[in-house]
Amino acid sequence: MSKDATYTPHKKPVKHVDHVVIRFAGDSGDGMQLTGTQFTTSAALLGNDVFTFPNYPSEIRAPQGSLYGVSGYQVQIGSKEINTPGDKLDLLVAMNPAALKTNIKDLKKGGMLIVDTDSFTKANLQKAHYDHNPLEDDFLKDYLVVQVPMTSLTREALKDIPIDNKSKARSKNMFALGMVYFLYGKDPKYTEEFLRKKFKNKPEVVEANVKALKTGWNYAETLELIPVSYIVDEAPHHEGKYKIINGNTATAWGFLAAAEKAGLQLYLGSYPITPATDILQELSKYRMLDVIAFQAEDEIAGISSSIGAAFAGKLAVTTTSGPGLALKGEAIGLAVMLELPLVIVDVQRGGPSTGLPTKTEQADLMQALYGRNGESPVVVIAAKSPADAFRMAFEASKLALEHMTPVILLTDGYIGNGSEPWEVVILKDLPDIKPPILRQKTEDWKPYARDPETLARKWVLPGTPGMEHVIGGLEKNEEGAISYEPENHQRMVELRQAKVDKVVDYIPPLETEFEPEGELLIVGWGGTYGTLKAAATELTEKGYSVGLAHFNYINPLPKGVKDVFSRYKKIVVAELNLGQFANYLRMKYPEFQYHQYNKVQGLPFTSSELIDAFEKLLKA
Amino acid sequence: MTTKIQYTFKDFQSNQEVRWCPGCDDYVILRSMQKALPLMGVPKEKFVFVSGIGCSSRFPYYMANYGIHGIHGRAAAIATGIKLSRPDLSVFVMTGDGDSLAIGGNHFIHAIRRNMDLNIILFNNEIYGLTKGQFSPTSLIGQKTKTSPYGNTQPPFNVGELTLGADGRFFARVPGNDSKMQTEIYVEAHKFKGTAVVEVMQNCVIFNDGAYKFWTDKSVRDEHTIRVEHGKPMIFGKERNKGLVLDGSELKVVEIGKDDVTENDILVHDAHNPDPGLHLMLVRLKNPLVTGIIRQVREETLEEREAKLTEEVKASSKIRSFDDLVS
Repeated sequence: MSKDATYTPHKKPVKHVDHVVIRFAGDSGDGMQLTGTQFTTSAALLGNDVFTFPNYPSEIRAPQGSLYGVSGYQVQIGSKEINTPGDKLDLLVAMNPAALKTNIKDLKKGGMLIVDTDSFTKANLQKAHYDHNPLEDDFLKDYLVVQVPMTSLTREALKDIPIDNKSKARSKNMFALGMVYFLYGKDPKYTEEFLRKKFKNKPEVVEANVKALKTGWNYAETLELIPVSYIVDEAPHHEGKYKIINGNTATAWGFLAAAEKAGLQLYLGSYPITPATDILQELSKYRMLDVIAFQAEDEIAGISSSIGAAFAGKLAVTTTSGPGLALKGEAIGLAVMLELPLVIVDVQRGGPSTGLPTKTEQADLMQALYGRNGESPVVVIAAKSPADAFRMAFEASKLALEHMTPVILLTDGYIGNGSEPWEVVILKDLPDIKPPILRQKTEDWKPYARDPETLARKWVLPGTPGMEHVIGGLEKNEEGAISYEPENHQRMVELRQAKVDKVVDYIPPLETEFEPEGELLIVGWGGTYGTLKAAATELTEKGYSVGLAHFNYINPLPKGVKDVFSRYKKIVVAELNLGQFANYLRMKYPEFQYHQYNKVQGLPFTSSELIDAFEKLLKA
Repeated sequence: MTTKIQYTFKDFQSNQEVRWCPGCDDYVILRSMQKALPLMGVPKEKFVFVSGIGCSSRFPYYMANYGIHGIHGRAAAIATGIKLSRPDLSVFVMTGDGDSLAIGGNHFIHAIRRNMDLNIILFNNEIYGLTKGQFSPTSLIGQKTKTSPYGNTQPPFNVGELTLGADGRFFARVPGNDSKMQTEIYVEAHKFKGTAVVEVMQNCVIFNDGAYKFWTDKSVRDEHTIRVEHGKPMIFGKERNKGLVLDGSELKVVEIGKDDVTENDILVHDAHNPDPGLHLMLVRLKNPLVTGIIRQVREETLEEREAKLTEEVKASSKIRSFDDLVS
């Protein structure tokens, strides 16, 4: 407890639980993302494993009190390994009727609901399309409802602090956070530290927020409705140092590490697009590491400038989401033809068209694999969790640089915005990256002469004397001269394909978790890993014989697929689209029968829906 | 660079067979550029030629330099990435009216706005040549082309106006058949720190022959065009007896020695004036058509600003490596 604490000491009985799922929900201006982040950070620093899922509207400030303006932040904390933000909520904090209406269905029966009763005005109830006040009848009888006049209590507590009334009311999120900290016995000191740092130059704002936090804590202490405190003990201590990181930040950091490891400057050419913008924002901070983060005039300029940067000798990256990937298609084809290293990140969102900009989906797989003219093979890989995005961004860079090819890295809104602990690595922990740069003229060099092992061409950077050459989008021969010769085109198309196919020798074979053989193999790829793992864990506990094969590498597919697939009686491919990976597997490995579990609601899987579906399959 | 490098135009010729139509002004542009490069004092390996798609964009293949033949319209964007990454390189964008004013219009105006040290040579033949004769964004109203068999109904862009409208700091116009002027202007464009746009009035012998005849034919050239030079009075004509004066808010042609007009009355060209007002009037003039460097205003380039900012951030940060960031 911080030294100037006026927190009432925690004297209530405690109950130990191994995990809890909490959601903070309110207006998009209520500070729910901040509140959730603060709770998560504190829980993690105090030793819990965590996994978060922010779910916010695409409107920046939707009309106050409206249903579509509700912003939510869900976190699961545990004393065991946590791989998902959880399905059903143990605690829902609803700051207004709209937040209650849109979130109550996810609260467990018997779960706790904390509401700000001050916001349950007639006007707000109407905006939430309630024809009655749900707090006043038995509508919420299945839950433990804690009604708190949060706004007025906060205002009253802050009455002597010289800030305006609006700012006082706005501090109610800290009141709520204080209550939740009490409820789970979490020391609020990290949030206090955060507030003091964030509002360094506004002491009255610090005072107001800290006071609200304390008042919330103390209020919870006095409430008879909260008879016990739920304690989630520390998770088993892992060696090493951890940071809570979201997938977009992890992606950005993976590129930072890769560039330095390869001895190259990092260049990002990008254009803002939800939910990928955070990567551009993050990399814009690192001028001190010589990062060039260029915000271009459009998606096409973003990738085209990156192609220029790749030609000029940088680790070149472009980041986008589905619609942007479509716009970049022609330029990706150019990079395929030029055979330059380039990483394209697609943080997938609900589509088609503008679709669901802030919601998650995995429906860009076919676009990533095939969305270009001509025979245009690229390496396609996918990150499986927020922290894994670091590893895969590094891997994408390594493959692009060492194989002189564009690499598409697929993440999604769920892991891009979601966060979990990332084990800090430093450069010496990471594998070397050795791009085939040729710095001095050799006699047998030609622009498109290839390494016999990787089939990658050499990378000769402008400024190298005596090796001046032109590369271009027209078909060429080894010398780089334009060639329309039929046989040459066939040979070059096949060579570019073979170069990408050969990447299989440089990636790990497919591995399985849980049972190495048995009744059902659960197959997934990308951001669904955590939920699939949670489902597989529970099915195993129930006594079923299941395996999990989760793909990081999609093109080329890793070695061992056939061997793994043949060890199970049934295979089910679960993905957030209508079956794109299942169809890809049908094409590559037609000898197996694939069941599918698909969902396209802009939401991640819940483990319970997966368990239900897989159990049916197991029993069929 | 201390070593003096002696190149001739031959050092910049590639071994690729040049595939433009016989009689095309593109040959003049190629040769003029190959003659200009030795005058720039830059090692050969530091030049990069970037192009998009179109007749103009075959240019890099015919040069013995580093180059990228890109995709339609994107040359300026590719060049931006090269120059941001490697300010030490001398980057030329070889492009056309279709490439830069239609499909690549966005990249063209934003490259100009950012003011990087790029040299954009725009071959304006007022037609799509490589796709065999459709109207372009600089084709004239009424012009008959394969996609405007009854005459073009779309009004044209004026390259100079568009450049100035995008806050262009350097704009020059040169006749496609004037190799001497081209060489001079390419050297000046390269010397200029900032985005330089050079519009070449390039005659397409096959699909739009004679588009510039009124201005470039030897018989009428001196009467119908005026080559402006900074600090010199804007005088033209075979007899050097005509000049430009400002009449109210319009440019007017006057005859020296007539109506008491003396050489002192003629406007002196100020290419360095930050106010583009008069430059805009000059680029719009049709008779005489203005050639030479119309605007040349030195301002901080993007890469200069970038470098300065990065130094400042480095000076105030303790983070020197990825390890510092995560530890």
